[in-house]
Amino acid sequence: MTTLSHTNPLSHGQRWLRALTDKLTGPSLAETGRNLLLPSIGIALFLTFWHLAAPQVLTSLGAFPGPADVLEQSGQLWQEHNDQRERAAQFVTMQEQRNERILAENPDAEVRIRSYPGSPTFIDQVFTSLGTVLAGFVLATLIAVPLGIIIGLNRHFSAAVNPLIQIFKPVSPLAWLPLVTMVVSATYVSDDPMFAKSFLTSMFTVTLCSLWPTLINTSVGVSAVNPDLLNVSKVLRLSFWTHVRKVVLPSSVPMIFTGLRVSLGIAWMVLIAAEMLAQSPGLGKFVWDEFQNGSSQSLSRIMVAVLAIGFIGFLLDRIMLLIQKKVAWNE
Amino acid sequence: MTKPHLELTNVQMAFDTKDGPFIALENIDLKIRKGEFVSLIGHSGCGKSTVLNIVAGLLQATRGGCVLDGHEVNTPGPERAVVFQNHSLMPWLTVYENVELAVQQVFKKSMNKKERREWILHNLKLVNMDHALDKRPGEISGGMAQRVGIARALAMKPSVLLMDEPFGALDALTRAHLQDSLMEIQQDLNSTVIMITHDVDEAVLLSDRIVMMTNGPSATIGEQLHIDLPRPRNRVNLADNPEYVHYRQAVLSFLYEKQRFPDKGGEEEAGPVVEAEAPEQEEDTPESQSKHAESPVRRIA
Repeated sequence: MTTLSHTNPLSHGQRWLRALTDKLTGPSLAETGRNLLLPSIGIALFLTFWHLAAPQVLTSLGAFPGPADVLEQSGQLWQEHNDQRERAAQFVTMQEQRNERILAENPDAEVRIRSYPGSPTFIDQVFTSLGTVLAGFVLATLIAVPLGIIIGLNRHFSAAVNPLIQIFKPVSPLAWLPLVTMVVSATYVSDDPMFAKSFLTSMFTVTLCSLWPTLINTSVGVSAVNPDLLNVSKVLRLSFWTHVRKVVLPSSVPMIFTGLRVSLGIAWMVLIAAEMLAQSPGLGKFVWDEFQNGSSQSLSRIMVAVLAIGFIGFLLDRIMLLIQKKVAWNE
Repeated sequence: MTKPHLELTNVQMAFDTKDGPFIALENIDLKIRKGEFVSLIGHSGCGKSTVLNIVAGLLQATRGGCVLDGHEVNTPGPERAVVFQNHSLMPWLTVYENVELAVQQVFKKSMNKKERREWILHNLKLVNMDHALDKRPGEISGGMAQRVGIARALAMKPSVLLMDEPFGALDALTRAHLQDSLMEIQQDLNSTVIMITHDVDEAVLLSDRIVMMTNGPSATIGEQLHIDLPRPRNRVNLADNPEYVHYRQAVLSFLYEKQRFPDKGGEEEAGPVVEAEAPEQEEDTPESQSKHAESPVRRIA
């Protein structure tokens, strides 16, 4: 065992080195080059065009930001985030020191630590948005998958709810938002709320808009199970639950995941719009605040947000794809 | 004769279509004894699969019925295991898990975990598929998948094994190989088998009896041919066995002279006289076909 643990890192390192050198030489290099070359050219061309075109577009807040401005502002936003973190840490240490002094004088004194009251930074907003979108998406999945299974299994139920689905599916998030806001503030009344109302509003809006693709794909997947497999299930006399668990669900997993990926994409788009309109914390609010702020850097900062939104959306889809590859049998 | 193991009596099957009822089967009477290997042969669309599905319980006859060991068949069940044309394995389960799904369902109470495992492995060994337990159906060839389908059906210990063109989708060599395996297994287990086939050689080689069906609509049993060839049968030796050739010719004559094409019953000339059972059927069939053409029941192409 000890020899193994001694030799393993070495051989692992060697193997890793080997893989790397393989990648950098010969046909593998050519392959990697081909795979990277065209996307790199595409990005380079886009950046050049952007760089040349941006100064031509004049707004009341100055010229449209070019790539360089955006890069600078993203560094700036990162810096602000780190500064904010430092101040927050100091704020807490100060309180702790003060509390220690008070306790030293009077051990029975009630002490508490308040959180830093500073405004959330860009990075904080990113994480708020991610949390909200995941909550909304998970809720949508929890509703859409079981409902989709019932719709797919039962022709009569399907016929009954189909018109509702068709009508609600194309509704824009902005139309739902005022209704959701009013309903949340009317029904979620609590002295010590576990969730902020703004969070709930954004989350429900995301849920309402993103559950449709999953719902429809699940029902289609469930109703399209290979009839031969259904006959196998009948011959085996599988009980309803075993039938759903062992035949229907695995068979429709690929379709469900296609729906989930579309849903997650929609959820992310909807969330930004909802946050802008509802002024609930998140990336959307960041964009709106910068727009209202109207400083000379605002446009660059909004552009940073735009790119971040796109990049996060792309990452979310990739993560879903990875999960799909782990879960689905046809990958 | 003793009481038959499986009995179809006066079965009629009608499907509702928007042009009114379509009579697929009419007056099917069939008695099968235990351990008998029966092939159903006929042109496409003559309702062979419908007969099989009625025995399986996947379809309900509109008139008449099917009795197995004294019990009427009206729902599907593992005692009438089906081997489907396209193996019908769950693509997300491994070879082992596919058989396990069946064994767990059928022997949940009567076998413990270890016995079930042994029984699954035993059946996979029977079809020579114990080397690929952890492969998914997508990773093995069609012939292998069909073997697993057969193993799954055998693992249910069915009293009747129903096979719907089990080897239809396979290449000739694989098919011959699987036919030989099936013959061996059937002889070992003495199982009752009903097999649908298009293949005359397959029918003669495997069966104790060939049931030849007339063309639809209102398809029924045209002729029955008992194959009295000794077992075990060897395809190479049988190839120039005069009896084998004779049986083959009888089936071919039924299929290509008396029932040449679906819906063209009256056109053919009388073929060479072939010794076969139920000769009166020869004159009967073209007539009954033309009768159907005038009947109020509309035909579906």
